[in-house]
Amino acid sequence: MIKARITVTLKNGVLDPQGKAIEHALSGMGFDGVGQVRQGKVFDVELSESDKAKAEADLKAMCDKLLANTVIENYAVEIA
Amino acid sequence: MKSAVVLLPGLNRDRDMIAALTKISGTPPVTVWQTDTEIPDVDLITIPGGFSFGDYLRCGAIAARMPVMRAVAEQAAKGVMVIGVCNGFQILVEAGLLPGALMRNTSLKFVCRQVKLQIANANTMFTRRYQPGQIIRSPVAHHDGNYFADAETLRRLEGEGQVVFRYAEGTNPNGSINDIAGIINGQGNVLGLMPHPENLIEAAHGGSDGRALFESALGVAA
Repeated sequence: MIKARITVTLKNGVLDPQGKAIEHALSGMGFDGVGQVRQGKVFDVELSESDKAKAEADLKAMCDKLLANTVIENYAVEIA
Repeated sequence: MKSAVVLLPGLNRDRDMIAALTKISGTPPVTVWQTDTEIPDVDLITIPGGFSFGDYLRCGAIAARMPVMRAVAEQAAKGVMVIGVCNGFQILVEAGLLPGALMRNTSLKFVCRQVKLQIANANTMFTRRYQPGQIIRSPVAHHDGNYFADAETLRRLEGEGQVVFRYAEGTNPNGSINDIAGIINGQGNVLGLMPHPENLIEAAHGGSDGRALFESALGVAA
């Protein structure tokens, strides 16, 4: 079995109102020196596939077709 | 003119859409379920508002991958009119039938109020019963209506008259780029908009500013 972690983040230049609100909250809590905060998503996916290359290709297809909206988001696939 | 309403779990404006289509066209629309792979022969398909699949992952993302959306895409490619309202608009962009994306409102708040819309293009099959530049009222109710598209897509939308509705007079409720409230595809037969024209079609609603959209699409006299 292969375990993978997929990280989805907003592309540069795409406004992230939620990240902005978190950034302000952190500053308000007294954490000094907080720069930009960008919010993203993490998916931990288990695959029965044993071939790493095949698994990676499948995971990328999952990202392109569902897990990420590539109009506004980038993704990274990391196989454990 | 025959119409259809797409039903998905979590939508909650479907009955409003069915009522509007029935009252304006005189004929109740057929309904199609998320697992249907074929849509009966109709002139107009509508995707109502709501929270399909609980807005999980991204608004409209799961709904856009349901079998019925392949059927909607096939019909759209044949020239059948499609209108997606609110969540329906989000579903259309997630399905790739319209460009861009709909993101969280810049205020981070759910907005539920009436806004003013400018008819940015009155030369479409959805707006021909309006005057160019006309200002109409329309309710909005959404959390993720902040339209975004990359610079090149935006240039194309603006250049080709694909921006159909714009929030007017500082009423932009969500921070959408260029005050965009609704767009059409390149062929001009697929419309997506965040406002709810189906909720302003008769005196009991406090006005009928949204009625001309359906009259335009359904080809019925005002």
